[in-house]
Amino acid sequence: MSGLTSMTGAARAEILARTRAALTRAQPPGPVVRDYRTTGDLQLGSPELVALLTDRLVDYRAHVHPVGTEQISAAIAGIAAAHAGGAARFVVASDFATAWRQGWGAVEDHGLSPRELDETDGAVTTCRVAIADTGTLVLDAGPGQGRRAITLVPDLHICLVRHDQIVQTVPEALRRLDAGRPITFISGPSATSDIELARVEGVHGPRILHVLLISPP
Amino acid sequence: MTTFLGLPGGLPHADRHTGQVEGSLRFPDAARTALADGQLRTNIGAATRTIRTKRAAVVAEVPDWEELREAGRAIKTDTMARLPELLLQLEENVTARGGVVHWARDATQANAIVAGLVRAVGATEVVKVKSMVTQEIGLNEALAERGITAWETDLAELIVQLGHDKPSHILVPAIHRNRAQIREIFLREMPGVDSGLTDEPRDLAMAARRYLRAKFLTAQVAVSGANFAVADTGTLTVVESEGNGRMCLTLPQTLITVMGIEKVVPTFSDLEVFLQLLPRSSTGERMNPYTSMWTGVTPGDGPQDVHLVLLDNGRTATLADQVGRAALHCIRCSACLNVCPVYERTGGHAYGSVYPGPIGAVLSPQLTGITGGDDPNDSLPYASSLCGACFDACPVKIDIPNLLVNLRAQHTEAHADTHRIPSAEQIAMAATAWAMSSPSRWARAQATTRAGRLLGRRRQVIRALPAPLSAWTAARDLPRPPTETFRQWWAARDAGEHR
Amino acid sequence: MKIALFITCLADTVYPSVGRATVAVLERLGHEVVFPAGQTCCGQMHVNTGYQRQAVPLIRQHVEVFEPYDLIVAPSGSCVGSVRHQHGQVARRAGDEGLATAAETVAARTYELSELLVDVLGVDDVGAVFPHRVTYHPTCHSLRLLRVGDKPLRLLRNVAGIDLVELPEADQCCGFGGTFALKNAETSAAMLADKMSNVLATGASVCTAGDASCLMHIGGGLSRLATSTRAVHLAEILASTDGTVEVRS
Repeated sequence: MSGLTSMTGAARAEILARTRAALTRAQPPGPVVRDYRTTGDLQLGSPELVALLTDRLVDYRAHVHPVGTEQISAAIAGIAAAHAGGAARFVVASDFATAWRQGWGAVEDHGLSPRELDETDGAVTTCRVAIADTGTLVLDAGPGQGRRAITLVPDLHICLVRHDQIVQTVPEALRRLDAGRPITFISGPSATSDIELARVEGVHGPRILHVLLISPP
Repeated sequence: MTTFLGLPGGLPHADRHTGQVEGSLRFPDAARTALADGQLRTNIGAATRTIRTKRAAVVAEVPDWEELREAGRAIKTDTMARLPELLLQLEENVTARGGVVHWARDATQANAIVAGLVRAVGATEVVKVKSMVTQEIGLNEALAERGITAWETDLAELIVQLGHDKPSHILVPAIHRNRAQIREIFLREMPGVDSGLTDEPRDLAMAARRYLRAKFLTAQVAVSGANFAVADTGTLTVVESEGNGRMCLTLPQTLITVMGIEKVVPTFSDLEVFLQLLPRSSTGERMNPYTSMWTGVTPGDGPQDVHLVLLDNGRTATLADQVGRAALHCIRCSACLNVCPVYERTGGHAYGSVYPGPIGAVLSPQLTGITGGDDPNDSLPYASSLCGACFDACPVKIDIPNLLVNLRAQHTEAHADTHRIPSAEQIAMAATAWAMSSPSRWARAQATTRAGRLLGRRRQVIRALPAPLSAWTAARDLPRPPTETFRQWWAARDAGEHR
Repeated sequence: MKIALFITCLADTVYPSVGRATVAVLERLGHEVVFPAGQTCCGQMHVNTGYQRQAVPLIRQHVEVFEPYDLIVAPSGSCVGSVRHQHGQVARRAGDEGLATAAETVAARTYELSELLVDVLGVDDVGAVFPHRVTYHPTCHSLRLLRVGDKPLRLLRNVAGIDLVELPEADQCCGFGGTFALKNAETSAAMLADKMSNVLATGASVCTAGDASCLMHIGGGLSRLATSTRAVHLAEILASTDGTVEVRS
């Protein structure tokens, strides 16, 4: 490896020298003008914003369930009952609220292998922020979310979104994120358009996405 | 490695024989095969029409689309002007978070670095996220030579790989294949495939899911490209749809990302622009299903052995051209391909390089260098009617027609510099320019075109002319020259009025 | 108003009827048309084929000839596009900043015919009569370089008796592209074939456009197919007061 490092060390110096040489005659560019929208028109927490997110999620074949806080366990249990003959086992992060685990089979993730994850029926997580304009859920491995693999390998993902986590635009979401964390933007179930550009939902990532939109108490 | 002295700085270009930055035929010759293939034209025409409609619909719902395009253009311009400092900042931040940064002058060096890293962990196979740059450098072939198998996991790349084929589109590499053809490839080449497989896209996608799942769950090493690399945080980004990207970026212990040096963006907040521009321009979606961002190593989550290979391979030479460097702004959305009337008729293979379509026509020749000779890439800047649809569609406002015209000038000037005997075209252009730079000479030259009246007397049109104008009359008539030019008519009218 | 006609080398040599029609429309509207005799060619073909150095004397010639005029019109979106978007840049690449500045001044006073009529002269009814089924092809450079938008269509809609029908996939290039039609002749012909099927699908007897070059291409293709559909320049329709256009001889 030391030979490799020294080889690329020389390349490093050379590439940097080349970029500097390439730019010797360059004009300094003008300022970056950012006249695009950085906030949406809809009020945070407003029914219109929730409706927009719902519309966009449904458009990309996610299943949306409006619930109150007290109905979370029952809603998950309902999905579990309809899945895997009622015996569904859903993986959760170890810090996923115990209050929401009533009436369905939760499996805590303490470093499950990919094969073990593959044997579960789904995953239940919270999220960091949701983007209404694009129907996007953003996960950043924060509380209740767990590591990235748990929302990837199982075939079903149930994501909990509080109304106050919904923003309208992409810039608003980015500005709530810490770049240092592992971040995943999820917009609908996995999909492909590689065959005649016809969209097929469900490829390698979860084929089924449920979103619980949790209204404030 | 070739250098061409006619360019500023004489910076080295990509080796045109390593990887896939140049084809073996000049564009008009390569296009002939595609133009004669009715099935291919139907497949590509149908696919590009579909995506054009989808893109137009999702772009129309963004009220600040033009402002986003302008911001995208400005961020990329700023990035290129500050490339050395941004690359150093990126390196510093990736390293600080436990990643290892490698630098590669060219394809050969990048391939050696990746192969060395795979060997170092004792693996004999890698799973791959779809990446243009690893195709540019011919990574799969280079790994195969060293006994390492690379599995493409993007559905379209898988179709290409199983079909022993070449990609023909940036976003949808198998766009030239229809469902029936894909079914045949799977039945023939996919181990363990269900013989009752139908040609329904859903069925085909599920076959790919079953086939690749075992590989994802056991892979030790993944290789990816990067859509964006954020200098101020060290964050790398992959934008995808199927989840194969997430599988590769999350499950294996070792992750090797190869990216061209132009993919850096200055700040994390710049992603708020590109994550709006890219999905709508590429797949015509408001947002692609999955975008992954990772910064070095996160303990307990994802790969713990993380590498980034920064590749030049002709990019610094491209950067040296003040007009041409805009080609480095490309975010590989492929919107320009989907709106290009030339691409729609010829498909991607005619461009030879892994970068097809309008952006390929300006990027590939700059990576390998314009020689002024008969190299296939020298023919690419002419593979356009300059209709401008690509410029309108480009999310970062690359003025592709203008770049094409400038590369044509570089080509003719390099040709003049390297050939003692001028081409017939050069003589014709010089002669017409000489005639047209003087009104009296021009009037005399116009008089000679009237000799054309000897032709086409029966039908009032000219139906056949000798080469090179036979290329015109192969499919079109030419009007018979009129009895008098406009200026003659005007002079006569003027005289009549004033007398 | 006094308007200098930039005829373009193609209309001058091959389609003088387009120039005569342009003059007729403007004079009928009460304007004075002058024809600066020193003009030759804007150099677009040279620039687009890669001969920028050779184009510089043509640009200089063009700029010197048209500099004295406040208002310049050309019956060609493509040539106006070259004047506006290429002249300054080509001069600058050749290191002639003075020429570049002068070229930009001339460019700012140069208009394509529909732009001049609608934007500058404020006219969208020129009093033309043309009782035929017509379809309009918005040529690429009018559409995307000049952004003429619906100006030509507004002018056409006000032509008495016209049966204006929409061209399917109108914004698709006809495949001309100057020397592209020779260097990539087969691709160009494939594009032309699709354009012609769209034109013929409209049942129009006339396909019109604001560029003689694209019309030479489309018309050349239609003529080869031996259809009765003709390619006629926008200026010729706007000049017509009796439903006919000049027959070429």
